Amino acid sequence: MIANFDFDVIRRSLGYLFLDGMTFTLMLTGLATFGGIIWGTLIAMMRLSGVWVLSRIAQLYVDLMRSLPLVLVIFWFYFLVPYIGQWLTGASRPIRVGAFESSLLTFTLFEAAYYAEIMRAGIQSISKGQPAAASALGLTYWQTMRYVVLPQAFRNMLPVLLTQTIVLFQDTSLVYVLSITDFLGAASKVAQRDGRLVEMYLFAALVYFVISSIASFGVRRLQARIAIVR
Amino acid sequence: MNYHWNWHIFFEPSPNGTGTYLDMLLSGLMVTIVTSLAAWVIALATGAIVGVMRTLPSKVANFFGFCYVEFFRNMPLLVQLFLWFFVLPELLPHAWGLWLKQLPNAPFYTAAIGTGLFMSARVAEQTRAGINSLPRGQKMAATALGLRTAQVYRYVLLPISFRIILPPLTSEFLSTIKNTSVALTIGLIELTAEARAMQEFSFQVFEAFTAATVLYLLINIVVVIAMHFVERRVAIPGYISGK
Repeated sequence: MIANFDFDVIRRSLGYLFLDGMTFTLMLTGLATFGGIIWGTLIAMMRLSGVWVLSRIAQLYVDLMRSLPLVLVIFWFYFLVPYIGQWLTGASRPIRVGAFESSLLTFTLFEAAYYAEIMRAGIQSISKGQPAAASALGLTYWQTMRYVVLPQAFRNMLPVLLTQTIVLFQDTSLVYVLSITDFLGAASKVAQRDGRLVEMYLFAALVYFVISSIASFGVRRLQARIAIVR
Repeated sequence: MNYHWNWHIFFEPSPNGTGTYLDMLLSGLMVTIVTSLAAWVIALATGAIVGVMRTLPSKVANFFGFCYVEFFRNMPLLVQLFLWFFVLPELLPHAWGLWLKQLPNAPFYTAAIGTGLFMSARVAEQTRAGINSLPRGQKMAATALGLRTAQVYRYVLLPISFRIILPPLTSEFLSTIKNTSVALTIGLIELTAEARAMQEFSFQVFEAFTAATVLYLLINIVVVIAMHFVERRVAIPGYISGK
């Protein structure tokens, strides 16, 4: 069986797989993590703000995003973003949006819902006395958040945030449904061009496995270290 | 926005000749529900076994459980489905591979088993966490009473730890439902795929996706309410969430 396989196809397409595909995947993962954590933190702050309207909006956002499959959300944004762009810029036709921009927006907004829940737990893990003490010192709400609550919340939640990023890294493979050349997309294009599905998909699986395993091992180490510090 | 809304589209006949667009979406909904239930049965059964293995004193069982969870957790679901769907038949002996490829409903079986195994790693982690959250004394007391390991799990540890992990299991079940949509890539015509097909046939993008969104929300609400009911029913008075 194995004799019929041509594993050299992997070596021949390495450049395409990693320079085109993996670069896209990692860029998307990195930027969406960055944007998702910022947006997610803002949502968590809205949720905990005590202002009824803000907190309900945040809750609705998180619940909506979390009850929809990512594939459906990817489709939603793929078709919706051109119209939103048209509305924002006042253009006469739906604007053209690149595959990268569209998926970056999708993943940022989608994963923000998950990051928001993590950050909410992080903010709630800070004892009530701290913000109370901060405001007794005359710090404003934003100063309290910036200098007292959020740094500790981030630190406490770092392992969970990173684990969510590993999930996000795996989730980016779903841009496949838009025929985008991410790592899996690149592997799949080579696989179909050369009729080498087995070799390419096994290789793609191995690469995802190795990266995610190393990352989650790192997170476990970090978790152990943070646990000792506290 | 110069988008032409047409909410009556759902009652217009769909080009695949099986009824209206609404029928199309509803049949997708059925596929989603059936696939998720099948996947969930696999995930629960396998996940519970692997989760228990990770708490056993045996090093071998522990290591197997660890490898199992790492294997299924560290690859994207999409890649796993591709492995089962495209790669597995080629690696098997020729006759078996041919039989697999000619299987009617192959996308359904692949989706149910693939999603089920993917989720089983998560269920295993929850089961392990649930068992480990019990005070050590419970296991010791059960052993001191003369119960064998299997009996300790059956009568003491599992009944309580499953009650503890019921809320996280509910969200894992919701994830299973959402994850079945990934199977549209291997040709499973579930809810998201039907919405996509409706969009391609009718060009009414936002109506199609709105309908799919509403249906997913409905499934979520039904599951959450049902699980609340189950939680109440199985709660032990004076313990955990019992009143």
